[in-house]
Amino acid sequence: MKHLLSTADLSRDEAIRILDVAEEMAEVNTREVRKLPALRGKTVVNLFFEDSTRTRISFEAAAKRLSADVINFAAKGSSVSKGESLKDTVQTLGAMGIDGIVMRHPASGAPRVLAEADWIDVPVVNAGDGTHEHPTQALLDAFTMRRRLHGVASRGAGLDGVRVLIVGDVLHSRVARSNAWLLRTLGAEVTFAAPPTLLPAVDRPFGAAVHHDLDVALAEDPDVVMLLRIQQERMNDAFFPNPREYTRHFGLTAARTARLSDRTLIMHPGPMNRGLEIAGVAADDPRSTVVEQVANGVSVRMAVLYLALTGEHEPKESVA
Amino acid sequence: MGTRTVLQQPDITRALTRIAHEILEANHGASDLLLLGIPTRGAVLAERLDRILADIEPEWSADARPGADGRTGSGRVGTLDVTMHRDDLGHGIGRAPHRTTIPASGIDGRVVVLVDDVLYSGRTVRAALDALQGIGRPRAVRLAVLVDRGHRELPIRADHVGKNLPTASDERVTLRLTETDGSDEVVIEQRMTQDPRETQDPREPQDPREPQDPRETQGADA
Repeated sequence: MKHLLSTADLSRDEAIRILDVAEEMAEVNTREVRKLPALRGKTVVNLFFEDSTRTRISFEAAAKRLSADVINFAAKGSSVSKGESLKDTVQTLGAMGIDGIVMRHPASGAPRVLAEADWIDVPVVNAGDGTHEHPTQALLDAFTMRRRLHGVASRGAGLDGVRVLIVGDVLHSRVARSNAWLLRTLGAEVTFAAPPTLLPAVDRPFGAAVHHDLDVALAEDPDVVMLLRIQQERMNDAFFPNPREYTRHFGLTAARTARLSDRTLIMHPGPMNRGLEIAGVAADDPRSTVVEQVANGVSVRMAVLYLALTGEHEPKESVA
Repeated sequence: MGTRTVLQQPDITRALTRIAHEILEANHGASDLLLLGIPTRGAVLAERLDRILADIEPEWSADARPGADGRTGSGRVGTLDVTMHRDDLGHGIGRAPHRTTIPASGIDGRVVVLVDDVLYSGRTVRAALDALQGIGRPRAVRLAVLVDRGHRELPIRADHVGKNLPTASDERVTLRLTETDGSDEVVIEQRMTQDPRETQDPREPQDPREPQDPRETQGADA
């Protein structure tokens, strides 16, 4: 693996390999000394052109636990706000000597442009690009499901036959896209539940079945219910009449939570809008994996950085 | 490429039995002893040593409890992965780490016996010592290997050796074990034939030194 740009590029074997490496990283995260020397002497740049706290901190923690040096670059207040192009920014960083780039960008496809251009020859990890993909989030979601469902027998396992219901703003969600592709690669069945205005206008978006009624979808007794955040910053159109109506039709309310089966996992990529897409009771339920997802995020990102920065470096090797 | 088998299954079993006795003798009994195998074949050897020690030393399994893997055993055997501590990471060799499982007792104040298959450059053992530091502080660390083939690149020696095998650096020593490879044997493969009598395949060209694949050389020591 050189770059990680999209979960659609990952084969089943590659995805399982990343998750298995993440298992070893998770074991390290339980030790007294949570540090490995694997990336000692390497420098990773967190190149964030879009606001993010948890993803950046998670990547930073992951890189530091592998002993890499981390440079945080936020576009706000940098030369980018003076009009510097991506190419010049990256070449400037490259001249300082860096070994990997973790990139978040508001434009879909920006990390791929960077990975394929010859401005700099280092691994690029996509930390979210526009409304396109967020591959490490999908990997940590899959990792969390695998751990909950398979326990100690997780290593080497896929998610065959696991039925995952993804609820909410599929149209704008890079988490939904990355998850839909990765989960299907791992053998899971993905269904979306959302109002038609928040779904791509195709029959089976990303190969998933669609419900427009959350209660019908929940009656199918899914193994996992994953809520998506209502992204206020992308709601620049009338996608639904008002937040209360959204909650009534598509929120995981206390009443809906009570009807879920005991084994159904409740997942949310965070940050949560409590009371909007997820009720407080649902978020704090023992079936909820929200906090585990954050912990697993560090392990999965350690695995991705480790594999990207120490892996085979054939020049211009294709993605993942 | 000439291949000769230097140890067969009974030889390996005898060597391990002797190592087990040596470990007990050097430690004056079983107290505080832990075995940590270096994956993959060192881990298999550590499990075999664990079984042998359980047979020959009543004290070994006296305080039997669930081991690192959850099964009830002596609770004294685990695995130590050294991948992340190697000094050749980032040289284009993608390595997936293996599992590290530490017995529930932890390693603090214990006598840890590292178990590996072939001792060669010593770099794996250096990485293992480094990996141990992140886990705890043993009272002492000893090293048991099935084969010592020489060519050390670091000041490291084994405390317990199954067999000393003087080899040339262009030879490759491979341990095969039933658990991982279907049979028990140690073979030496020759990458370049110097003595024509040893050429088993006459079609094998006696060409000059072929470039060594760093992965294979490392593999012999892994």
